[in-house]
Amino acid sequence: MISLAGRDILHAWGKFVFTGIGLGLLIGVTLTMAGVYRGMVDDGRALLDNSGADLWVVQKDTLGPYAESSSVNDDVYRSLLAMPGIAQAVNVTYLTMQVRRGDSDVRAMVVGIAPGELGTPGWPPYLVAGRQITRGHYEAVADIASGFRVGDRLTIRRNHYVVVGLTRRMVSSSGDPMVFIPLKDAQEAQFLKDNDAIWQSRRRTGANPAFNRPGVPDLLDAVIASQSTNAFVNAVLVTIKPGHAPDEVARSVGRWKRLTAYTRLQMEDILVGKLIATSARQIGMFLVILAVVSAAIVAFIIYTLTMDKIREIAVLKLIGTRNRTIAAMIMQQALALGLIGFVVGKITATFAAPLFPKYVLLVPFDSIAGFFAVLAICVLASVIAIRMALRVDPAEAIGG
Amino acid sequence: MSSKGIRIEGLKKRYGGGDTAVDALKDVAMDVAPGEVVGLIGPSGSGKSTLLKCLGAVIDPTAGRMTLGDEVIYDDGWKVRDLRALRRDRIGFVFQAPYLIPFLDVTDNVALLPMLAGVPNAEARAQALELLTALDVQHRARAMPAQLSGGEQQRVAIARGLVNRPPVILADEPTAPLDSERAMAVIRILNDMACKFETAVIVVTHDEKIIPTFKRIYHIRDGVTHEEAGEGRGFA
Repeated sequence: MISLAGRDILHAWGKFVFTGIGLGLLIGVTLTMAGVYRGMVDDGRALLDNSGADLWVVQKDTLGPYAESSSVNDDVYRSLLAMPGIAQAVNVTYLTMQVRRGDSDVRAMVVGIAPGELGTPGWPPYLVAGRQITRGHYEAVADIASGFRVGDRLTIRRNHYVVVGLTRRMVSSSGDPMVFIPLKDAQEAQFLKDNDAIWQSRRRTGANPAFNRPGVPDLLDAVIASQSTNAFVNAVLVTIKPGHAPDEVARSVGRWKRLTAYTRLQMEDILVGKLIATSARQIGMFLVILAVVSAAIVAFIIYTLTMDKIREIAVLKLIGTRNRTIAAMIMQQALALGLIGFVVGKITATFAAPLFPKYVLLVPFDSIAGFFAVLAICVLASVIAIRMALRVDPAEAIGG
Repeated sequence: MSSKGIRIEGLKKRYGGGDTAVDALKDVAMDVAPGEVVGLIGPSGSGKSTLLKCLGAVIDPTAGRMTLGDEVIYDDGWKVRDLRALRRDRIGFVFQAPYLIPFLDVTDNVALLPMLAGVPNAEARAQALELLTALDVQHRARAMPAQLSGGEQQRVAIARGLVNRPPVILADEPTAPLDSERAMAVIRILNDMACKFETAVIVVTHDEKIIPTFKRIYHIRDGVTHEEAGEGRGFA
């Protein structure tokens, strides 16, 4: 038996191909949206992977440092290092801000990293150009997505930095590229004010009789000095010694240090389950809407194509064609349309993904799931046309 | 009359019920022998199309008896379980317009019926080509319907109606869209094919040009058929 659907498609291939391309662009948007979600999740995981930590020690009862603000004293790491099971404890700060380069600026997450060497938690684990930070101040390593190049001069608050190295896939959970600078500079940057503000603050402190006591001449200087330094970091990144369970060490930190410690799994749950959950629901809604629109388009196209063949269907029924042959013809056409659409959509998504400003991750599972979803939608969408075709009276082929 | 071909006795068809019931066919009797071509003529609303639909097993008659060959296919109810197979294998249709399937070439338009009946594609196409040759359109075997002239399309439609060697062909105004010359050619082909394949052919027509060619004519008026001898002039 010849394929009626195949012959019809070959006969009107132009109509099919152009319709398939239109549908394919819609499917491409759908796959890209799924890729945007996957990219957000992967950004979150990359953030955790690249930090090199087994535990994140943060301010008590906060979800910091990525989901909430967290502030811990910068000397806490010393007491953590004395605890059983802890191999490394390193301060880190995170500050999302506009980093200026010349007349333009880039939104970036500025990471303050403690002095150390490659492999120290918080440090970029690899570079694609240049070198790591070796000086205590005013050097930076930037993610390549920021657009910075080795040798560029950046401005963070009032200080200037030279980009000495470039790294890749070091982004915040919201996809902003990271710029690594020395910890002390980052601590300063978090609270650094302009000169007028500093002057006003000193004036207010000096006018306060509680701080400016004639009988205690050094008190005012001490208070002002404490106001112009920052002794806090956002978190302490901890690595665990072999043979120790991260959960047990985290519980121990929480119990004895009055801090909160998260394991890798808990932090991933915070990032994926809480931080990007709303975005995920938003994207999910888009996916549902796009699926419904795709189904409506396929249904309309197949319905129209079937309506165009009503007389032929009546003739086919009159000359003894089985209902299932006619239904199969319509369904095969819908599936062919879906197949063309999926191929076009997959190609579109593959070529469009790198053009997006944020990371779009197209995973094979989504493609396979998308393929079967498209087929299912096409089958469902063809039901209306099939019902109409099966209701066609073969007597319509006979005049009168 | 003959015991083969198609015989109809006391066929009735009523649409609706109660006060609004319409008797489209009141008493139809026909007997068409194998190899015979008869005309069925009548004014609009006389019941021609209803009779054709009943004969084509497309609608159910209300009462009566139909015999196809030696087999009673209707006797106050269908005696054949699969009407679709009956239409496919034992009744050929030729329509007012050719109604060829636009996305199949000429050969496959004709070969489709045997393919639907389960005949292998190559064999079905061979049968189709044999008929196309008999109808002198074998040179357009690979053409698409849109590439054919009106006369060629109608000849292909006749080939489709004949391909399963049905004992009866129902032709619904097959010459309506054609000029005199082509109309006569189509009727000649139907006569030739009826003789060649021992097929009973019923031609519903209004066409004054072809009516004189029938040896027997059934007039239908108000749902009742009357048989009369035709001129049977044959073909010039």
